[in-house]
Amino acid sequence: MTIDFAKDRPIYLQLVESICGDVIKGKLKPGDKLASVREFALESGVNVNTVQRVYKELEMMELTETKRGQGTFITTDDGVIHTIREQMKEQVAMQFITSIESFGFTLDEIIEVLKSKKGGN
Amino acid sequence: MEVQQLSFQYKRKTILEQLTFSIPQGQIVGLIGENGSGKSTLLKLMAGILAPSSGKIELNGGEKVTRRHTNKIAYLPDIDLFYEKQTGDEVFAFYESQFDDFSKEKAKEVASFLQVPTNVKLGNLSKGNRGRMKLAAFLGRNAELYLMDEPFAGLDPLARESLLKAIIKFIDTEHCSVVLSTHEVNEVEPILDQVMLLKDGHLCAMDVVEEIRHERGEDTVNWMKNLYGKRVR
Repeated sequence: MTIDFAKDRPIYLQLVESICGDVIKGKLKPGDKLASVREFALESGVNVNTVQRVYKELEMMELTETKRGQGTFITTDDGVIHTIREQMKEQVAMQFITSIESFGFTLDEIIEVLKSKKGGN
Repeated sequence: MEVQQLSFQYKRKTILEQLTFSIPQGQIVGLIGENGSGKSTLLKLMAGILAPSSGKIELNGGEKVTRRHTNKIAYLPDIDLFYEKQTGDEVFAFYESQFDDFSKEKAKEVASFLQVPTNVKLGNLSKGNRGRMKLAAFLGRNAELYLMDEPFAGLDPLARESLLKAIIKFIDTEHCSVVLSTHEVNEVEPILDQVMLLKDGHLCAMDVVEEIRHERGEDTVNWMKNLYGKRVR
C-alpha cells in the first residue's frame, strides 16, 4: 500500500508519526520486529534513504532498539511508550486548537460540542 | 557524476546552457521541468549518446563520459524501441548479448515481480505491460548510473505504482545512482532524494526533497510552481 503524504511536512516525519501511532494503538506491540529498511520502503512506496532516516529517528526517540544482525524491535520499556503516548496526545490537541483558532471558534464553545458528542455516545 | 558548465547547441539553437551539478552516489534524483526545457537532451548527454558543445561530464572522478560508457550507464529512452514480434525472453537474450552487466535472471525476477509474462509477443501486451517489460529489461542491468526518460508517461496509475515499486526494490542505491525525468512529480516525489528543475535550458534549482518540505513547508510541485514564477492556468 502506498501512503498519501501531507504536502507541508517532511515525509520521514510523517512515517515516524505513523509508527508512533501504531505503537500507541497497540497495532505494534513491545518487542515486535519492524520490517527491514528495504521491505518498509517497498511497502510504503518511499526511498530507502528516507526509511533509514525514519529508523534512525525512532532509535533516537528510544522507541526502537536495533539488535546487531537481528533487526529493529519496538522497545519493551513501558515508560518510553507512555511518554510518546503523552507527547502525541499533546501534539494532536495542539493541532486541533490551531484548527479551531483558524475558524475563530473559542475553546469553550468547542468544549461544549465535545461534551455533547461524549454524551451522545 | 560531475557535470561542469555543460552547454549544448543544435543547429545554432542553444538547448542547454552552462549547467553545473553533481549526482551523488546512492541517490535518486528527479529531473523536472516543462516540455521543451531540455530534460531529454540532458539525459542523452549524461548517457554519452550526445556530445556536449562545451563543458564536461565526468564519471568516477575524471573519466569523460562517451558512448563507451554504455557498459556503466543504463539509459531508458522515452520511446518504445522494441520489436512487436519479439517476446520478453527474446528481448532479454538480446540485452544479454549487448550488455556485460545484464543479468537475465534479474530481468526475469523483475518481470515476475511486475507480473508481466515473458513468453508473450510484445505486440500482444497492453501498453502498461509493455512499459513493465521495458523496465524489466532495463533493471536487468547492474549499472553504476541509471538514466530514465519519462518512465511513467502514458501509463495507468496501477502501472505507475508497480514501476515505482520495482525501482525501489531492484535498484540497489548503495552502489549506484538514478536520474529520472518525470511530470508525475506528486507521485514520484516519495522515492526521490533530490530534484533538479530545468527551465529554458538552464538549471533553475536543485534541492533535497525533504529540505524543501522542512524549510519551506511545501511539496515539490509548489516549489516548482514558485520557481517558475507563474500561475498555472
